[in-house]
Amino acid sequence: MIRTGLYGIMAEFKRPEDLVAAVRSVRERGYRFMDAYTPFPIQGLAEELGFRFNVLPVIVLAGGVVGALGGFFMQYYASVVALPLNIGGRPHNSWPAFIPVTFELTILVAALFAVLGMLALNGLPRPNHPVFNEPRFELASRNRFFLCIESRDPRFRRDTVWKELEKLGTSGIYEIEYKR
Amino acid sequence: MLRGETEFWRTVNEYNGEFNGLQNGTDEVTPGTVPNRREFLAWMGNSFALSGILYGLSGCTSAPPEKIVPYVRPPEDVVPGKPQYFATAMPFSGYGIGLIAQSNLGRPIKIDGNPYHPASLGASDAIAQSSVLGLYDPDRAQAIASSGIISTWHSFAAALSMELIAARADSGAGVRILTETVTSPTLAWQLNRFLNQYPQARWISYEPFGGDNERGGTRLAFGTELDTQFRFENANVILALDSDFLSDGPAHIRHSKDFSSRRRIAARSDSMSRLYAAESVMTITGAMADHRFPVSSMEIDGIARAIAARCGVQGIPLPDSTRWPWLDLVVADLQREARHSLVIAGPQQPPAVHALVHAINDRLGSIGNTVIFTDPVAAHLGNQLESLKLLTDEMDSGRVDTLIILSGNPVYTAPADFEFSRHLDKVPFKARLGLYSDETSARCQWHIPESHFLESWGDVRAYDGTASIIQPLINPLFEGKSAIELMSVLLGETPQAGYDILRDYWGQHFNDFESSWQQSVRDGIVIGSAAPLRSVRIRKDFHVPDAPVQAASDPASLELVFRSDPCIFDGRFANNGWLQELPKPLTKLTWDNAALISPEKANQLNCANGDVVEIHNGERAIRAPVWILPGHALNSMTVSLGYGRTHAGQTGNGHGFNTYAIRKSNAIWVVPSARIRKTGDRMSLACTQTHQNMEGRDNVRVMTLADYIHNPDSEGHAETGEETGSLYPRFPETKYAWGMSIDLASCMGCNACVAACQAENNIPVVGKEEVERGREMHWIRIDTYFQGSPQNPGSYFQPVPCMHCEDAPCEVVCPVGATTHSSEGLNEMTYNRCVGTRYCSNNCPYKVRRFNFLEYSNFDSARLKLVANPEVTVRSRGVMEKCTYCVQRINRARIVAEEQDRSLRDGEIVTACQAACPADAIVFGNIHDEKSRVSVLKSQPRNYSLLPELNTRPRTTYLARLTNPNPEIARGR
Amino acid sequence: MEPTSDLQPIEEANPRGYTYGSITDKISSIVLSRPTTMGWLAGFGVATLLLLLLMVAVSWLLVRGVGIWGINIPVAWGFAIVNFVWWIGIGHAGTLISSILLLLRQQWRTSINRFAEAMTLFAVACAGLFPLLHLGRPWFFYWLLPYPNTMALWPQFRSPLVWDVFAVGTYMTVSFLFWFVGLIPDLATLRDRAKKKSAKIIYGILAMGWRGSAIHWHRYETAYLLLAGLATPLVVSVHTIVSFDFSIGIVPGWHSTIFPPYFVAGAIYSGFAMVLTLSIPLRSVYRLQDLITMRHLQNMAKVMLATGMIVGYGYLMETFMAWFSGSTYDAYMIRNRMTGPYAFIYWALILTNLVLPQALWFQKVRNSVPALFAVALSVNVGMWLERFVIVVTSLHRDFMPSAWGMYYPTLWDWATFAGSIGLFLFLLFLFIRFLPVISISEMRQILPMSQAPHPETAP
Repeated sequence: MIRTGLYGIMAEFKRPEDLVAAVRSVRERGYRFMDAYTPFPIQGLAEELGFRFNVLPVIVLAGGVVGALGGFFMQYYASVVALPLNIGGRPHNSWPAFIPVTFELTILVAALFAVLGMLALNGLPRPNHPVFNEPRFELASRNRFFLCIESRDPRFRRDTVWKELEKLGTSGIYEIEYKR
Repeated sequence: MLRGETEFWRTVNEYNGEFNGLQNGTDEVTPGTVPNRREFLAWMGNSFALSGILYGLSGCTSAPPEKIVPYVRPPEDVVPGKPQYFATAMPFSGYGIGLIAQSNLGRPIKIDGNPYHPASLGASDAIAQSSVLGLYDPDRAQAIASSGIISTWHSFAAALSMELIAARADSGAGVRILTETVTSPTLAWQLNRFLNQYPQARWISYEPFGGDNERGGTRLAFGTELDTQFRFENANVILALDSDFLSDGPAHIRHSKDFSSRRRIAARSDSMSRLYAAESVMTITGAMADHRFPVSSMEIDGIARAIAARCGVQGIPLPDSTRWPWLDLVVADLQREARHSLVIAGPQQPPAVHALVHAINDRLGSIGNTVIFTDPVAAHLGNQLESLKLLTDEMDSGRVDTLIILSGNPVYTAPADFEFSRHLDKVPFKARLGLYSDETSARCQWHIPESHFLESWGDVRAYDGTASIIQPLINPLFEGKSAIELMSVLLGETPQAGYDILRDYWGQHFNDFESSWQQSVRDGIVIGSAAPLRSVRIRKDFHVPDAPVQAASDPASLELVFRSDPCIFDGRFANNGWLQELPKPLTKLTWDNAALISPEKANQLNCANGDVVEIHNGERAIRAPVWILPGHALNSMTVSLGYGRTHAGQTGNGHGFNTYAIRKSNAIWVVPSARIRKTGDRMSLACTQTHQNMEGRDNVRVMTLADYIHNPDSEGHAETGEETGSLYPRFPETKYAWGMSIDLASCMGCNACVAACQAENNIPVVGKEEVERGREMHWIRIDTYFQGSPQNPGSYFQPVPCMHCEDAPCEVVCPVGATTHSSEGLNEMTYNRCVGTRYCSNNCPYKVRRFNFLEYSNFDSARLKLVANPEVTVRSRGVMEKCTYCVQRINRARIVAEEQDRSLRDGEIVTACQAACPADAIVFGNIHDEKSRVSVLKSQPRNYSLLPELNTRPRTTYLARLTNPNPEIARGR
Repeated sequence: MEPTSDLQPIEEANPRGYTYGSITDKISSIVLSRPTTMGWLAGFGVATLLLLLLMVAVSWLLVRGVGIWGINIPVAWGFAIVNFVWWIGIGHAGTLISSILLLLRQQWRTSINRFAEAMTLFAVACAGLFPLLHLGRPWFFYWLLPYPNTMALWPQFRSPLVWDVFAVGTYMTVSFLFWFVGLIPDLATLRDRAKKKSAKIIYGILAMGWRGSAIHWHRYETAYLLLAGLATPLVVSVHTIVSFDFSIGIVPGWHSTIFPPYFVAGAIYSGFAMVLTLSIPLRSVYRLQDLITMRHLQNMAKVMLATGMIVGYGYLMETFMAWFSGSTYDAYMIRNRMTGPYAFIYWALILTNLVLPQALWFQKVRNSVPALFAVALSVNVGMWLERFVIVVTSLHRDFMPSAWGMYYPTLWDWATFAGSIGLFLFLLFLFIRFLPVISISEMRQILPMSQAPHPETAP
């Protein structure tokens, strides 16, 4: 369903430090539903925004384990169970010879989990998003830093939020509609 | 042939970019060139004949209508998939070699020796092995042709009888019949009857490699023409004077059998014969010799005289023999062994030498023991060369008006100075019976396709006179006629089938006809038909003509020796792809002949391999590429005949140079002094072993008999790799474990095994260009190494099939498991699974694997499919292949054994190479049965395996080469 | 801003005088606003012609079979494997630079990693071509993969060739992921900068809706770091396994335990050589001297010097072991390399791969762009020769003198090799034209202004 109405209020900053400061102050005022948009990663900003536990490493570890076990036992199954042939007098379970493939599969599956996991957690791909409705937002991928307080925040009041942001030395404040 | 420049590759198929593997010709005409009428007719002929064959095979009509007798089983159990075996015989330059032919559903596909036959004793040679391919050769003449136009048997018979009516008037004064050497009793009987009908007619027989010299020798020595036979099994010391008795002559297979029986030492008490060889060109006989002396062919006369003088032959002055320091010791050795000694001279030596040799043997007392005599087996006596000369003179003076040529190819093989072809043109009526429409047929208005010996009835005598009935295995593929069928027309009889003619003749000689006939046909020999021995005495007036004056040795001129080609003989097998691609012993050349010279002479002439020289014999000259052969006599050059064919067929045409062009009647074997000139041109030769130096490695291990007796373990067991441990647990042992033992003491590098393997395993022919690229496909190769001084090196042969390693390096690296190990130890290839990474070949230290780099097998020429062994997969492009230990034979035997609910017996399974080997060097069997022959051999002290340090644990092992040198002569003199 | 000269102080790794905006515009303009130049068209044209040559060669190969090449028995592997190893070696610099230098926090990597990663991808693509083509029956290549099939057959996992399939396949995939993940923010930038609607849509789709959310950046960096951690051992493993193709075999000259380290070093060596060979022209054509600075070139030169020494050590050890092992076959193998029919190739290898690169010891040489370029070229050639020596001269004379032979490449061998270079350049030119050759977001990150002490971290 297509939602309408106000998505949030967005403030634009020229320098990363200002953005970080702004985030801190609005969180002190108790706002929780917000996100910051920057042209490059900024140390600690996520934590400022209340991001705590990062599950991604666990996913990657899982991937590695799956790859390793799957890789080895596939070879074991093929050479010992399914097709036990005398190959140059070598034992059916020539485990040392199975290590390279095991290793490669470990890496492969872990890497796939890392990338797909990252995208999934970030909810990407998502070509359209309300923030894109603001023309100025183009600069988020160039040289501007944005903070958007979202309307679903229980304490969200359009005017108060506007005033709060004005105090933070922004170079512009915009209303973000769900639909242009 | 990739480039397809040489036109005989350029069939329509290849024109369309499709590789045409088994290059023995195909059915198409050369595209782009409009076929002349002759080609066109021949082509149409092919297609018709072809449809004929296919029909014949598809129906059950291919077996001859006459009753033929299976060798092994009664005919009623003709089971599809079960091969049948029939005894027959191959006429080879007149003399018979007894064979057993394997027939699958009416197709003869494999040949082996007939154990009952004296010239074979079950063994065979490369030429016999390849004869099946000759049967299906698409280039064979396929229609009776009258000056190029397809005609019929009847119109020929008519034309012939017209001639004969005319001839009757002058009782055949103008009628001549030219044959090869004839031993066929039936044919001789017919010819003689013909000569009785036409007293003035004459019968001439000519062979380019006939026995004139031997027979001349007996005339000089004993006053009469005799055939000489040798009993090598009785000889303790043998002196071969320019004699390659292991590969020359109608008895060479028997010689190999007998000789090798005295070279394989099982118990240390066994005595071993000693072979001295004095020869110009290195032959396999010389390679087997314990002492080899390179001397020019002309020197032999002097040597023979010196020996004769020392042995006290009357009337021979003691010549100066300081040139041959070894001579006294050899004579002493011969005299020590007295009647167990044997001296033999080669067919290219003049009658004088043969006479001297007879006298020497007489003095040594070996006559009757190692040398025996019989009346000539050939039906036609007299000097062949002289009679051919007479014929050409008669043709020249127009006295010949009817000439019937029964096989043979005189236009190509007659001495150059006879100018046979020019004189032939003066003969009004010429008819030629021949397998191919060749150089001779091209000049005769009548050509009658001859039927191959595998498709016609006939008979032939072996070197010792034993007669064999030649029984056909298949109806004539084309309208072929046999010589006896043609003769019956000449005799004015109502045309008869060969079968009836044969029975007519033998009917007069068998008392209980049917049973004798049955037995003779079944066994392949006529019992008691061998020629009786003749006791001989040196004639009182024994005297040999003086030696010819030695040629002045100016460096630019050499003695020139003519030899038959080890593969295509006198050229008659030039269109046989198997023989063309067979690496010639010692030189390892394929597809070409070359002028062989010694390394020093090469330096003097400043020639390298492949440099083209001009060879002048008087006014005649040819251009030939040089090939350097270690151990060749210094002032001598050897050229082989049989190449440079123009009408051989698509396979044989245009390879090598035609040596007959400088072979003149005054010096038919050896030209005392031929002028050599380097031209500066080069020619590429296809050699399968470019490196014949062992590089100080011990691939071939050699020990003297003395060492073997005193210190047997010096070679061999020490390193079979058996006692070196393995990290891996052994796989459970099974009932059978197949293994092979190859005895290097008896292997003489004759190539029989290579050809046999090619026939048995459908191995494709790849052609000269591919061989030059190093892509020959033979599953077993004969490595030839030279060791020591290039003037007179030791030379060793080593057949190398797959080693079937127990810990095979090839198997481990195959990514798809296409090569695996069977429970019985076979290293197996699964062609269907192979993707062609070729890693297995790289990882095979013995390099026995072969790869189909292109589409080598012939899937196009239907006639060539007929020769394929139905029990062996025909491999396609992009897959690896190699020796399988003839797994199809193992399984066939296993099925029989299981039917009879018993286990396999030792010797029940015989690989193709083993069956062919005339030296019994190869033995195959179950190595888990310690009583099996192979186990016994492998337990010998001289057993060793190749590259044991790699610990591949090969199932194929070798018995070290043994030599028996005369301790008084330093090795290599 | 004015393009700074090559002679700026070498400490300068961080681009001077740029702002977030200007650096973004500079790099994205190469893709977006810069008109297609004649130079680009010419280069692209040449690449396309070579690519066509490759297609002809491959078609003929499929029609007639590998017999159109010079290979034979005993030399059953020829150019195909030589080229395979050469390309895969070249393909090692990219991921190495991106991952290892990232883990080592070598900031200077930033301006070359994107480009090096792309080069890796394309080199691996070329490499991957050859093992398929060199099969006798290429259409069955998939039999090397484990997949359920009606024949109930499996690959033979003891074979180094199967290991290869997994190693190269994994390397290809991971390199691609690494490269693409790195691209996402820049694709977003291009999406936002692009004027043309078509470009906006295409870049938009590829960017997958990246909007630079701080949380996303956080996970993104974690993922990127983990990828780097995974890719590092991968890089080492891949060429190790490629070296197994030889060292698992028993052929003298192949069967050697020194192969893995010496192959990996060789790979990095050739990889950096190729990066230099490509980046030197690139930076001058696109005026990137102030982003790909002398410091970068010199660091790469030093890496080459180091790895080159390891490779040299490899040659030395091979020779030493041949003598020390006392094995007839190894001893002959080395003698044959130095004096045999292919000796001239061996000595050419020593010259181009070992002697000439020693020039890098000198500051002067490291400071001169043309000199560096020359050395890099020489190493590219040398590393190809090394693989030829290993593959061909080892095979052509091994255990049985009777089976020795020679290998002569045919025109088709050369055509396939030249064609693969064509494929590489073809892809490279497309990349330069349509994607940012330098990671924009990472450049922003290392601008001096981003290095200012952070309110958080400030005491």
